Amino acid sequence: MHEMAIVQSVLDIAFSEAEKHSSRKVSKIKLRIGELSGVVSDSIEFAFEVLRQGTLAEEAALEIEPVPLRVVCRTCGPAETLAGDLALICKNCGSGLEIVSGREMKVEYIDLD
Amino acid sequence: MHQISLETDIMGANEEAAAHNREMFDSAGVAVVNFMSAPGAGKTSLLEKTIEALKGEMRIGVIEGDLMTTIDADRIAALGVPAHQITTGSVCHLDAKMIHNSLHNLDVRELDLLIIENVGNLVCPAEFNLGEDLRVMVYSTVEGAEKPKKYPVMFHMTDAVVLNKIDLLPYSGVSFEELRDNVRDVNPDAPLFPVSCRTGEGIDEWIVWFRARIGEIRRKASAAAA
Repeated sequence: MHEMAIVQSVLDIAFSEAEKHSSRKVSKIKLRIGELSGVVSDSIEFAFEVLRQGTLAEEAALEIEPVPLRVVCRTCGPAETLAGDLALICKNCGSGLEIVSGREMKVEYIDLD
Repeated sequence: MHQISLETDIMGANEEAAAHNREMFDSAGVAVVNFMSAPGAGKTSLLEKTIEALKGEMRIGVIEGDLMTTIDADRIAALGVPAHQITTGSVCHLDAKMIHNSLHNLDVRELDLLIIENVGNLVCPAEFNLGEDLRVMVYSTVEGAEKPKKYPVMFHMTDAVVLNKIDLLPYSGVSFEELRDNVRDVNPDAPLFPVSCRTGEGIDEWIVWFRARIGEIRRKASAAAA
């Protein structure tokens, strides 16, 4: 359950922005979470419910936009991979695929009241 | 109400702490290796074998991560190398800040190699950069063949895979080829070392590779420092 630590980081980022802008209330937090980031949206939402209690984000909405996995072959260019059965090997030439996106975890924006 | 556009990396605070660790490690000229695996794969046993083989030629220190107990640090300390145990309580991984704090108990300037044994877990430790030079995964034959497919992130990010308990392969119901191919599917570049920490099979090949990598890392670091 490292989602707890991750949500705490999200809240820390939001609180420091709220303080910077002298706001007393965070009304929304928008995240972008890669499908290969190793965290699960359901667990993020659960951790958020627990950790926001009694904070500036107590009533905040949470939106999570999943970022699909995109891979590229160093020789053949853009490549395809099935998320269900992850094989990071190029079907054309057999060399390793590089992950272009789908590993990231970002706070895209927050709404302050 | 107003919207603040951020694009802030959620792991940013850990990445900063990891970069700070990195600077400390570089200035101390120490190579740092992060060992990760599921619980019970044999990380501590592999460390015992590795330390026994290398402690005569380099100064080694170990940071052990577990939820509870100092059992692992005690096992390592019995080999005569300094070991510091981090007990995380309920936290399922080590983070860069925990490593930083434990450096008060372990002087890296007195070391050539710092080994970090992460908490046994195939998910969470993958996300937390500690500032290490090298990542090694221990995967055991009795965990089943499908682990790399189910936990691709950690297998993808590792620099080497040690396949432990190879002596139990005949009883595991899976073939070596299946285990190897599933690792290669998510990480075609990482070398795979079949070993048995119990019988000693394959340990020599692992040590040869590991010694050479540590040498390379230390040479690179001292060239950068010069």
